[in-house]
Amino acid sequence: MPDAENTQEMLLEVNNIEVIYNHVILVLKGVSLSVPKGGITALLGGNGAGKTTTLKAISNLLHSERGEVTKGSIIYRGESVQDRDPAELVRKGVIQVMEGRHCFSHLTVEENLMTGAYTRRDGRAAVERDLEMVYDYFPRLKERRKSQAGYTSGGEQQMCAIGRALMSRPETILLDEPSMGLAPQLVEQIFGIVKSVNENEGVSFLLAEQNTNVALRFAHYGYILESGRVVMDGPAAELRENPDVKEFYLGMSDEGRKSFRDVRSYRRRKRWLA
Amino acid sequence: MLNDIFVAPFVDMFAAPDFLMQVLWEGLVSGILYALIALGFVLIYRSSRIFNFAQGIMVVFAALTLVGLHAMGVPAWICILLTLGVMFVLAVVVERVVLRPLVGQPDIILFMATIGITLFLIGLGEIIFGGENKVMITAELGIPTGSVLLEPFGGLLILEQKDITAVIVAALLVVGLLIFLNKTRMGRAIRALGDDHQAALSVGISLQTIWVLVWFIAGIIALVTGIAWGARAGVSFALEVIAYKALPVLMLGGLESITGAIVGGLMIGMLEKLFEIYWGQPLLGGNTETWFAFVLALIVLLFRPQGLFGERIIERV
Repeated sequence: MPDAENTQEMLLEVNNIEVIYNHVILVLKGVSLSVPKGGITALLGGNGAGKTTTLKAISNLLHSERGEVTKGSIIYRGESVQDRDPAELVRKGVIQVMEGRHCFSHLTVEENLMTGAYTRRDGRAAVERDLEMVYDYFPRLKERRKSQAGYTSGGEQQMCAIGRALMSRPETILLDEPSMGLAPQLVEQIFGIVKSVNENEGVSFLLAEQNTNVALRFAHYGYILESGRVVMDGPAAELRENPDVKEFYLGMSDEGRKSFRDVRSYRRRKRWLA
Repeated sequence: MLNDIFVAPFVDMFAAPDFLMQVLWEGLVSGILYALIALGFVLIYRSSRIFNFAQGIMVVFAALTLVGLHAMGVPAWICILLTLGVMFVLAVVVERVVLRPLVGQPDIILFMATIGITLFLIGLGEIIFGGENKVMITAELGIPTGSVLLEPFGGLLILEQKDITAVIVAALLVVGLLIFLNKTRMGRAIRALGDDHQAALSVGISLQTIWVLVWFIAGIIALVTGIAWGARAGVSFALEVIAYKALPVLMLGGLESITGAIVGGLMIGMLEKLFEIYWGQPLLGGNTETWFAFVLALIVLLFRPQGLFGERIIERV
């Protein structure tokens, strides 16, 4: 497992950001993280921990939901990317795959994939090549290419959403909860594809996931979020062995299975740039 | 009485098939114009969930601009280009001044905003071009004004050449639009935006560009409709009411369906003419065209609330 994160070039750096929805609801209370080039970075935590908000803050989709980054900075390749159009970020190579797939339900699978190439200017031939590449990763999509996306299964829609993002020739994909509502086998399959895309195409991933177990097996590095703060981070292999993570997120402990009654919530807090 | 309703009209139809064809032709001409206006509504509705009340006044405004510019001595073909330019500027201004600040507001507020646009355009049109009726510059645009005489079934069928032109141009516009929506990158983006705003944003589709584009297309449609209708009835603010004929078309065809807008428009156009000639005039004293479409739409809505062709709502459970 490649763990030499410190020597790698950092693509994305999020420094101590605070996010407020509707001018009143404070959701992120100082989150910092970095995504190295060529890595899979996992963002873990339960419901409402702030994973999705973090991703949307980066991709600038917060704006249309009345959310706002009020503190901190988001740097991509040494350049501040706050207050940019989401389209501009896509052109820079950062694209988000949203939680719950969000395929265009009345468009066919192939048309869905083609919308991913909307911002590209490198010609039809290159786009066609990438379409074939996506079909190679997801042969299932090729079979369903003419079906309206709304009528495909949850797994196929997830593949379609990831494939659509790939069509933009991204450098970094912000992947939000790919396992949502899918059978374990399918989750395994999709994570496997993510890993091979990462290895073969050199696409970096920032992955928000509740399924800590799967995420830590495929990721290189992990951050654990709790109520809007990063409480722990480390190489995935270390996190997997960490007794606290084991107890709180993987449901295992040294004393064997515990009754849920005895499980405390995890409160150790890591201070960033304090 | 029953005979008058159920038998006599059909007997008449078969007795004089040439006259029936004449009636259907007249219906087709107005129907295709209803369909065009409805298309303008559908495009804007699909890409922004805005019910564009201003579509009707855009028809008037486009026709007024065209005629007004010509009155200032500009050659007819340049008038067309300039009017297209004006419609483009209108689209940009609407997006900047009205839509962009209202992003994310409830639909009803955006709907109210389009009523505001309507009133603004009425005022602007009157200030610049005056409120009196004008004559469409049919001949100057090179639209033939003669008529074609056909003799089907030994009878007589009169087709006005300007109507034929209108039908051909409208049909070309519709076909072009369908190709644009289904085969091009921008067209796909318009349809994608209609399905899922957030996802469209996430793949880098810019709302602003698409909105300007659909309002501009609606403007082009308005201009074509304005010329065609203006050639038949003159250019005045009363033209606006034909846009309201598009409402029953939309109810019939569904707000989201392009096919629905076309088929609905043609259906309403022809049915209202048939009804007027064979039932309205002999039985109800005529002038049924003003209300027939609305009653028909009401009856359809009772049985199919999403319209005849409303896009099936895909919902997975």
